[in-house]
Amino acid sequence: MNMPDLAKLIFGRLTLEAIPYHEPILIGTFVAVAIGGLALLALITKHKLWGYLWREWFTSIDHKKIGIMYVVLGIVMLLRGFSDALLMRAQQAVAFNGNPGFLPPHHYDQIFTAHGVIMIFFVAMPLVTGLMNYVVPLQIGARDVAFPFLNNFSFWMTVAGSMLVMASLFVGEFARTGWLAYPPLSGLAQSPDVGVDYYIWSLQVAGVGTTLSGINLIATIVKMRAPGMSMMKMPIFTWTSLCTNVLIVAAFPVLTAVLVLLSLDRYVGTNFFTNDFGGNAMMYVNLIWIWGHPEVYILVLPVFGVFSEVTSTFSRKRLFGYASMVYATVVITVLSYLVWLHHFFTMGSGASVNSFFGITTMIISIPTGAKIFNWLFTMYRGRIKFDVPMLWTVGFMVTFVIGGMTGVMLAVPPADFLLHNSLFLIAHFHNVIIGGVIFGLFAGINYWFPKAFGYRLDEFWGKCCFWFWLVGFWVAFMPLYVLGFMGVTRRMNHFEDPSLQIWFQIAAFGAFLIALGIGSFLIQLWVSYKRRDELRDVTGDPWHGRTLEWSTSSPPPAYNFAFTPVIHDTDAWWDMKERNAGRRVDGYLPIHMPKNTGAGIILAGFAFVFGFAMIWHMFLVAGLTFAALLVTAIGHTFNYKRDYHIPADVVARTEAARTEELAAHV
Amino acid sequence: MSAHIESHDHHDAHDHDHDDGHAPSTLKGYMMGFFLAVVLTAIPFWLVMGKVIPNSQTLAVVILTFAAIQIVVHMIYFLHMNTKAEGGWTLLALIFTLVMVVITLTGSIWVMYHMNANMMPGMSHNMTEQQAKNLP
Amino acid sequence: MSDMHATPSAAIAEQDVEFWMSKDHHPANGTLLGFWIYLMSDCLIFACLFATYGVLGRNYAGGPSGADLFDLPLVALNTTMLLLSSITYGFAVLEMQKNRRGTMMAWLIVTGLFGAAFLGIEMFEFAHLIHEGAGPQRSAFLSSFFTLVGTHGLHVTFGIVWLITLLFQVGRFGLTPANKRRIMCLSMFWHFLDVVWVGVFTFVYLMGVLP
Repeated sequence: MNMPDLAKLIFGRLTLEAIPYHEPILIGTFVAVAIGGLALLALITKHKLWGYLWREWFTSIDHKKIGIMYVVLGIVMLLRGFSDALLMRAQQAVAFNGNPGFLPPHHYDQIFTAHGVIMIFFVAMPLVTGLMNYVVPLQIGARDVAFPFLNNFSFWMTVAGSMLVMASLFVGEFARTGWLAYPPLSGLAQSPDVGVDYYIWSLQVAGVGTTLSGINLIATIVKMRAPGMSMMKMPIFTWTSLCTNVLIVAAFPVLTAVLVLLSLDRYVGTNFFTNDFGGNAMMYVNLIWIWGHPEVYILVLPVFGVFSEVTSTFSRKRLFGYASMVYATVVITVLSYLVWLHHFFTMGSGASVNSFFGITTMIISIPTGAKIFNWLFTMYRGRIKFDVPMLWTVGFMVTFVIGGMTGVMLAVPPADFLLHNSLFLIAHFHNVIIGGVIFGLFAGINYWFPKAFGYRLDEFWGKCCFWFWLVGFWVAFMPLYVLGFMGVTRRMNHFEDPSLQIWFQIAAFGAFLIALGIGSFLIQLWVSYKRRDELRDVTGDPWHGRTLEWSTSSPPPAYNFAFTPVIHDTDAWWDMKERNAGRRVDGYLPIHMPKNTGAGIILAGFAFVFGFAMIWHMFLVAGLTFAALLVTAIGHTFNYKRDYHIPADVVARTEAARTEELAAHV
Repeated sequence: MSAHIESHDHHDAHDHDHDDGHAPSTLKGYMMGFFLAVVLTAIPFWLVMGKVIPNSQTLAVVILTFAAIQIVVHMIYFLHMNTKAEGGWTLLALIFTLVMVVITLTGSIWVMYHMNANMMPGMSHNMTEQQAKNLP
Repeated sequence: MSDMHATPSAAIAEQDVEFWMSKDHHPANGTLLGFWIYLMSDCLIFACLFATYGVLGRNYAGGPSGADLFDLPLVALNTTMLLLSSITYGFAVLEMQKNRRGTMMAWLIVTGLFGAAFLGIEMFEFAHLIHEGAGPQRSAFLSSFFTLVGTHGLHVTFGIVWLITLLFQVGRFGLTPANKRRIMCLSMFWHFLDVVWVGVFTFVYLMGVLP
């Protein structure tokens, strides 16, 4: 065998050409990332943190630490996804009157694809999963999730997926197809290079993690609730998490299947979505939206839960209409499977099909509206405290309602025929995703941060962050509604009509304000860390909360609860406080806990290499890593000793320290 | 005190041998399931291979019905589906999944059939005059 | 309000109401439920493949149709293998309940052999089709056929790998509660594949040969 053949066997189609050294923006980014990354690695090495990180975080199966790591991943990827947004806004603001702007179409198309993929899969999903992971076991009085190892593995699979997306920035390129990669554009004939393969494998690898974490949280909520917590006594965030994870488990397999079919078209030469040999590209669109629409609710249901918790806590009232909230959530869960065609009304299924899906879409706004009224009635005559989480909640209600109404407009098929593929659509879904999901995530982060770290987030910078985001959102997206009404289509790299430019400039200014909002959030984290002694909360209950997570210390001990709580009321912790339940401070028992393991990160590492090898057609490497993956997984099943006991005296010491702290506080 | 807690605690089974909530399987159950499965498999094969029912639409409905019955048989006798296992959660999950499966299957076929009928009328052999007029 | 945090448990205001459990709390094991939920998600993967077959299954692109290709006696033989493997797995579970490790392992081996026979027949069928020029690239019908049936076959393959792993684990560690749980999980997996196969032979093979 000669050298080129050998190189091809090992490296597939990966050559030095794949490094985009002719693109100054990418090289600049790469240099910045490389320097930043090296500095970070050096810092970790200098402070000898590797062992600590490995033992206490990377191999941890503690749901709290995994939750925090998910949130960190989401924030890091937010910076990447948002810089894509800034690039797009800047490009569209200047690319008029023959000025091509600074992004060639080839690059611009990758940016809008990456922006969508990253924001949905690697920002919103990790942040939502992180919150659920952290909060749900605490809210139901459990000591961990049902499958702690799987939880760690799921997290690292998500990381591996996001690393594949990041790798596409510097090795090869990302898809130029839009975030759902419709064929035939994403087929082999139109996209022969690696972009779509990066798309496929990053989503497949991350999708394994998402599905498994969904299964895990369902089993946790169903099996591990504290005694006395019947379904209708579960905190509302746990309810929305349950429904979300049901949606994940029911929807993500569809994504997996449809991406498998697309990759078979690309790798094996089958004819599912091709233009000839009987293939039908519309089947891809149909299937991917069967996943895609529930995905929207996967993102928004948990934050509905966050808003419910925040509203009742900061209004000092029991949540209005708990049962109706639960039923609304369940109805949304089922209905979200019956609306997918509204994403492609214009593709010609005809009047009967379009009217069915138009009507179901309008129906789904009813339970959502019911929720809005529940929150309003919770606030009504409440003693509202406008702390930062509550600000986000009120901002959400105002913003999200507008997004919901434009959504109902789009649900009318004739209107959709005019507005589809226009910037009106872009404005609509950013209106609900930013105004709903992002606002909710910030509310949740501000709300639960003191629980996770033992000190509150700085209020001033939190308010700056909120106002910059809120005003920035309105300034950035209202012009897009206007442009959409004018018929301006999405995904354009430059425009000819100079009268449109002012609207894009306003939108770019809005994006700049949002950038200030994100900056304020990072400053908020830093300032809060610096002022942590002033902001310290030793009670574990800084907001006078109502649910069980506030009954334990902040941050909670590894075992969460020294004694499993017994639940008598929906607002279990409020009930305990009302009835002077107090803490139990004697009779500690050894606590049974799962043991840390490195198997998750190793498996995900193999999955990353496998994905990378498949993308570059390094089939030898892919085969080897797949075998390694299998052997490691099987090997892991031979490990039967996966748990240990925290001795009673350790528990007693931990709890005594807390008793002292509480006494000193009083 | 512990008895008091138990009364609140419907899912905390302390019997560790049967913490899965599954009733033990029996030979009779498996044999019954196997017998029914064989019969329900053999009949549709015989119907199709022996060309017993000439109308293929009727035949399709008949064999689909047999498949549906056989799936229920497998669920009951092999997968031990019942309302009590795991506090009813497995059955609930199954019903939910079946609803999703039906939505995915019939929805896709319905949507795609109409799309083909409207967008590729040349492909469907029995286009009416009215449909031809409505061509885009 | 914060002073109540440090109140010792002796001072509980309402004596009858218990707020903290005094004994160790063991939540019920969630493995079987979790695995069932995984199977449900798998079921939806198959639903998508069935839907794809339903939509594309008659797009022959001028190539051969199901009536031209499918060899029903072979499919019947294959179905028999899978059904037999199902009942032998049932026998293994019965032996497991009686804690008879040796006979249980023997039945598992028989199950694995039936599974392997099923796979062998399926691979023979695939090889035959590809040899005749009816490979997955020939038409959308054949793409969806190979993918649906092949995915089922892949599941059976993983089932056999798992079965072999379990044989080693039971051989080495005995019928521990953890191993019993694993046997029950694989049992669900195996019978679930049987259910999927009922859909496959009806929807793909039997209906595929209808005119």
